[in-house]
Amino acid sequence: MSNIVLQGKNITRDYHVRGGLFTKARTVHAVKGVSFSVEKGKTLAIVGESGCGKSTLARIITLIDPATSGELFIDGQQIDISKAGLTPELRRKVQIIFQNPYGSLNPRQKIGDVLGEPLLINTDKSAGERRDLAMKMLLKVGLEAKHFNRYPHMFSGGQRQRIAIARALMLNPSLLVLDEPVSALDLSVQAQVLNLLADLQDEFNLTYVFISHDLSVVRYIADEVMVMYFGEAVEYGSRDEVFSNPQHSYTKTLFAATPRADVASIKARLARKAA
Amino acid sequence: MALLEIENLVVEFATASGPFRAVDGVSLSVDQREVLAIVGESGSGKSVSMLAVMGLLPWTAKVSADRMVFAGRDLLKLTLPDRRKMIGKDMAMIFQEPMASLNPCFTVGFQIEEVLRVHMGLDKKQRRERAIELLHQVGIPEPAERLRSYPHQMSGGQCQRVMIAIAIACNPKLLIADEPTTALDVTIQKQILDLLMKLQAEHGMGLIMITHNMGVVAETADRVIVQYKGRKMEEADVLSLFESPKSNYTKALLSALPDNAVGDRLPTIADYLGEDAPAGAAS
Repeated sequence: MSNIVLQGKNITRDYHVRGGLFTKARTVHAVKGVSFSVEKGKTLAIVGESGCGKSTLARIITLIDPATSGELFIDGQQIDISKAGLTPELRRKVQIIFQNPYGSLNPRQKIGDVLGEPLLINTDKSAGERRDLAMKMLLKVGLEAKHFNRYPHMFSGGQRQRIAIARALMLNPSLLVLDEPVSALDLSVQAQVLNLLADLQDEFNLTYVFISHDLSVVRYIADEVMVMYFGEAVEYGSRDEVFSNPQHSYTKTLFAATPRADVASIKARLARKAA
Repeated sequence: MALLEIENLVVEFATASGPFRAVDGVSLSVDQREVLAIVGESGSGKSVSMLAVMGLLPWTAKVSADRMVFAGRDLLKLTLPDRRKMIGKDMAMIFQEPMASLNPCFTVGFQIEEVLRVHMGLDKKQRRERAIELLHQVGIPEPAERLRSYPHQMSGGQCQRVMIAIAIACNPKLLIADEPTTALDVTIQKQILDLLMKLQAEHGMGLIMITHNMGVVAETADRVIVQYKGRKMEEADVLSLFESPKSNYTKALLSALPDNAVGDRLPTIADYLGEDAPAGAAS
């Protein structure tokens, strides 16, 4: 009995750009044959710069877009939403959290309704049950009961990201896709949200696919790391392997470009400057 | 003598619920050829204090200071037209969102030449030559062709290079960079930081780097000011700040870096400051 929650084999995704009056139609290969697998309760981090296809891959894993080719397995079951469509059972298994907590919450919806909506759409629970579950989840992510009837604009960025996390967890998913969940947050708030994610992972035995361009965050949270570059996975391995012994030249460039905040490298820089 | 000297700067905004003090008694000075980093989280007043120096705040803001002197001239006494002649020429600013701070309706060349026309009074041919030279300096390939490009035809990193070109067009004495790399990828961030440091050394500019990224501070600054809720928490040279931070807030910021995680949990600001936690921590 394997406990692999998510597996992708040779996944590709092409986008067809329609030609205009003066331009020819062309095909963009956003993801070119990526394979991966994640065990239950583990975190796979996908790293890369903008345009490398990491968000496209996130959309495929979250079952928003179908893959052009390749096989996707969730809980050992092969899934192809382009043929069979998306069932409520599948939606319950996979949820996503987006980068921008300001943009991903409806400004006209109270927090209680934000949290209740996934249950309304995907289950047949009564209004009372939905309210109780929403309240429980609100407290779970570190917010308070008095926040239940407030609107998103009344919250700070970190609190909004907590609401987005709570909404994603309403359906008890087994797999959570996090698309740059802390990039828009301040350092101290980022630390709180990362702590919350770690706690929730332990409590619900969640599997995370964590998309980020911030290597220090990845090093903190990931079990396995995949580095993407122009739609290809150029490096894939356990965190310690990738960080201690990067193979591909792009991974090395990425590490070299990450600013270092330790005393030794400051001393080295000041020495270079004085020379 | 310091290039920019500010004493006891206070900025207040008139809001519906009374005045809100965004900057509360900040003093700072920058020398020529010095890189000063101002670090803080959102709401710490780091951008607002620099916007006050540039005179770019809206009319709802009330700026007061005991002393605000730039290159021997008292900014508090300067008339508006005199001040307009100075900003963009002697002191220039780069903003966080390169895509949003360039005008999408005009070519890059027009926007660079505009500064040269207003401040330097160069004729058409000289302006064009200078614009090409500037784009070359900031590392944009084929500068003569790129002058005809619109901002949407360039990448984020290239737009930021254009912004830098506009800012250094008149050889300013002071350059203020407000989160210049926050919206960019790490590899591009590295290039832009290297470029800024190179230009700073070549032109002998004073550079104020506003950022919330401790890594950027470590890679660029000579001296650092840490701000929190509009107040200055700590001022130190870069090495002693990282080696032996004095204020609790700085300690908290440094330990919240995922690099410095001890065990499974990241310490948060609230662990250090208790009640006085930043907004977002508690309700």
